[in-house]
Amino acid sequence: MSRLEVLKTYKIFIGGQFPRTESGRYYTPLDSKGKALANICLSSRKDVRNAVVAARKAIGPWSERAAFNRGQILYRIAEMLEGRHAQFVDELMRQGSSKVAAANEVNLSIDRIVYYAGWCDKYNQVVSSVNPVSSSHFNFSSLEPMGVVGVVAEQSTSLIGLVSLILPAICGGNSTVVLASENLPLCAVTFGEVIHSSDVPAGVINILTGSTEEMAVILASHMDVNALITSNLETKLSNKLALLSVDNLKRKFDYEVNWVEKEKQALHYISDLQEIKTTWHPIENVGGASSSY
Amino acid sequence: MKIKSHTSNKIPVSPSIDKVGVEERVARFQSRSIKNEAKKQGLNLVLSMIDLTTLEGKDTEGKVKQMCYKAMHLHDHFEGIPQVAAVCVYPSMVAIAKNALRNSSVKVASVATGFPSGQTSLALKLKDTKFAVEQGADEIDMVISRGKFLTGEFAYVFDEIAAVKEACGKARLKVILETGELVTLDNVRKASDIAIYAGSDFIKTSTGKIQPAATMQVTYTMLMAIRDYYDETGIMVGMKPAGGISTAKLALHNLVMVKEILGTKWLSNEWFRFGASSLANDVLMQLVKIETGVYQSNDYFSID
Repeated sequence: MSRLEVLKTYKIFIGGQFPRTESGRYYTPLDSKGKALANICLSSRKDVRNAVVAARKAIGPWSERAAFNRGQILYRIAEMLEGRHAQFVDELMRQGSSKVAAANEVNLSIDRIVYYAGWCDKYNQVVSSVNPVSSSHFNFSSLEPMGVVGVVAEQSTSLIGLVSLILPAICGGNSTVVLASENLPLCAVTFGEVIHSSDVPAGVINILTGSTEEMAVILASHMDVNALITSNLETKLSNKLALLSVDNLKRKFDYEVNWVEKEKQALHYISDLQEIKTTWHPIENVGGASSSY
Repeated sequence: MKIKSHTSNKIPVSPSIDKVGVEERVARFQSRSIKNEAKKQGLNLVLSMIDLTTLEGKDTEGKVKQMCYKAMHLHDHFEGIPQVAAVCVYPSMVAIAKNALRNSSVKVASVATGFPSGQTSLALKLKDTKFAVEQGADEIDMVISRGKFLTGEFAYVFDEIAAVKEACGKARLKVILETGELVTLDNVRKASDIAIYAGSDFIKTSTGKIQPAATMQVTYTMLMAIRDYYDETGIMVGMKPAGGISTAKLALHNLVMVKEILGTKWLSNEWFRFGASSLANDVLMQLVKIETGVYQSNDYFSID
């Protein structure tokens, strides 16, 4: 007797759990041959709100973790992704990739995660500075995470665009609310399962599927979201989001980058999502002697 | 000394509570959808019913003054926001709060009787109560002796409440049952009946120091005790859930419950209160969200 295949229900990822959208809505993206990929949650504004609440709750403990420990956890994501290599290749192929391109994309994603895992306990030393000032102060600048970062994943890729935006954000101690690619959402949901099994605390990464525009405007106007990053977004929507971001002076970046290229990983993707804190520490400076710290 | 006319010396026989039934009924209150104008009205009502509370060992004069200021000015950027009902402090802070609130209608409630455990002698409890009243407290929140209650000394608990009621004079008395320590809903009902019959003006769920605190099941059970007493005697008793109600949504669910069990007569801060320290900001954020359409952040509201 032939066996009935058990299909996966693609759900969203909020606060370390996999609920369905509170709205009960769904949509059915198609593969390149016009066949249905799966029924996917069409998340609502309330899902966005819940995800931001979860991200805000996670930010304190995550940003206060030892940087080295954050690095270990990021590396663990890479380990888990490696273990699910075949599943991601399969999903990418269902979404229209060739076998070679799919394998390349998964390999590159794993390598990129390891790259950012390495930066966790190093970026602050590289970017921070001791500043020359003309008074008796030891003046230094160091980085602090911005807080809750809204991530609108790249639309033309399912995995690498998502990974390339999320990793630098959490590497720097931020928490994220991620909107998956609207038409290629499969890998985003499965990536949530990878996160779930990687010691990443609940709420640090939250992943929603659905209409990008519908959710992005809520993220952009949300007063409790501190930064918004997008990639290769159409100009009209990008401008709209920039305008909505003004109310609480969100940082907004739109990266026009082809993430499939190997070298598209860099320190500035981390430091873009950091605030610089400068400290003026009074020091004794007797008789114009040189620096005494 | 005028003692409330309904005070009797008889400890009532309490009905037993169907826990499964209570949970089902409570679940239905939580499925109500309250939108737009009704929500706005409800949220403003919630704000006006809050007893803004600080009951910490680390409380200082400055902290109490700051909280009193918040009680009068919840969010001045926004018009039409009511003041809260009262502030709730330790007896040693009553005079400071009273002075800070002298030009407002916000009342001062004081915990007493060896709060939060109540493990002290009756003489000290009465002294504690009288001190708070002398300092100017409008309301007294007393704790019952849970140890005595659990060992079945109901008469002791009854007499103690009656004695504290007498010591309160003109101040209104709220009796804290500390339901988190009473274990069963049957005990909650029994304690509610004892408190009501012993003459309390309000019954209150918790000190806020013990979890679980004001669950809807517990509040439901206490509201039913109030209703049965009202049906029997025509005398109204107030209700104050305290501890654990920190979101606007939960507060609205509580209002729905009060409305459906006790009716609109109880929907004012004379008869219903929320004991809370962080509820006010969440309600304010919801109100601003309704007005502006934009989800709000705690960063732009005053510190609790």
